Amino acid sequence: MKPLDRILLLITALLASYQVVRGVAGLSSMAIACYTIGFGVIVVASLLMIILGFEVLDSPMVVIASTLIPQSLALGLVTQFLRPILIPYGIFTVLGFLAVVATRLSGPKKLAVITLAIVHGVAGLMIFFLPIVLVFQGKTPGGFAWVGIGGMLIGLGGLLLSFLKAGRPLFSRERILAVFPGLLLLTTAAFVAGFMFV
Amino acid sequence: MPILQSAKGVSNLRQKYWPLIKSLQTALLLTTGLAGYMSARCPVFNLGTLLALGGSLFLAISGSTVLNMWYDRDIDARMNRTCWRPLPSGKITPKEALRFGLIISALGIGWALYIDLLYGVIVFAGLFFDVIIYTIWLKRRTAWSIVWGGVSGGMPVLAGRALGMGAIDWIGITLALAILFWIPTHILTFSMRYHKDYRAAGVPVFPETYGFGATRAIIAVSSVLAAIAMAAAAYGIGMSWGYLRLMAVLSCGLLVLAIGSTLRPSERVNFGLFKYASLFMLGTMVMIVLDVI
Repeated sequence: MKPLDRILLLITALLASYQVVRGVAGLSSMAIACYTIGFGVIVVASLLMIILGFEVLDSPMVVIASTLIPQSLALGLVTQFLRPILIPYGIFTVLGFLAVVATRLSGPKKLAVITLAIVHGVAGLMIFFLPIVLVFQGKTPGGFAWVGIGGMLIGLGGLLLSFLKAGRPLFSRERILAVFPGLLLLTTAAFVAGFMFV
Repeated sequence: MPILQSAKGVSNLRQKYWPLIKSLQTALLLTTGLAGYMSARCPVFNLGTLLALGGSLFLAISGSTVLNMWYDRDIDARMNRTCWRPLPSGKITPKEALRFGLIISALGIGWALYIDLLYGVIVFAGLFFDVIIYTIWLKRRTAWSIVWGGVSGGMPVLAGRALGMGAIDWIGITLALAILFWIPTHILTFSMRYHKDYRAAGVPVFPETYGFGATRAIIAVSSVLAAIAMAAAAYGIGMSWGYLRLMAVLSCGLLVLAIGSTLRPSERVNFGLFKYASLFMLGTMVMIVLDVI
């Protein structure tokens, strides 16, 4: 790993740490818990990559842990802004996570990839569209759209890594890893910037 | 010209003696002392007290490290990892190192006692446990000597807290316990990596005495206990929820690595745990300071 990658990951960890400490004022404890899990996984993942290098991404546990990021952020958004669908979405989140764990630890690889794509996809779409819709409806300030941009970026990163791990990479492993620290930093920065507006 | 010469002299002295004090380890322990003091939430921006605390702790911790290096020079000479150190490599004579260690230890302890009697006694206890009990008495006899290394490691944070509070309280003891439980995570992962060196030097360490499996289990348990003790102390200090959340996040990382190194052991994860444990301790201490600021 290059020194620049380590610096980018360190800034990412610090930004995510800032968001964990800052929280979002006036939220329920469940929403705070969801956001803490999402940003907390970014903090720990960034630190582990700095310490152990990109090889840490080869662990099956990484897929499971990284699923937590979009899932918990999406559930946090639903808790905060879409309470009518909280229970069904919460059930989907829990079952989806369990399905990712189960298929990742045992089961056909194809099923694991499909499960991951569905769970990641739904959470990613939620993070991408919900903030933008809320901005267009005038329910949140315009800056909150940054969260949607963060959702788009994390979806992009998730897709690159998922296809890489499925053995059908969209780009070479070297190229993906070369952009990954920068992409993770931009994603985190977009999330943190967006949450400053609520 | 005399100014230039004296500046050059100071630079030479620094080059000669600095490697004796293990600057990173000293800085980490110094940070715990400062965090312990600031955790008392007394008027922490008293620059004179802060400088005196930092200066006296720096001298006392450095002094005990130099005395360790002086006493362990024969062990260091037999280990690949440490044979380059100033004493075994002959850059400094044992007499020079002993004199330097005794002088800065005495200066540190004397300064600490001058600042506050209780604070000075705790700083002295740290040096006593580290040099006499741990290094001279137990290190070559039993693998359990690290417990006393841990006790001495907990003294700077206890001393800092006691200076701020004017007494020893349960929070100070819990902070010291957190360091005590963190030490095995730090030291045992290190001794697993360099167990052959320790065997060659005849120093009993857990991996050689009880095996790698038992050592990993101890690391996992001590990581859990360190995280619990740190959380209890942070709650007792009255740390804000935001920093408590971040501490919980960092603790989860520590637990994941500790459990991972037990279930799927590898050299890489093991050394990752060693590095993360240092980062965890530094991070939690910085959080205590930031929360006050």
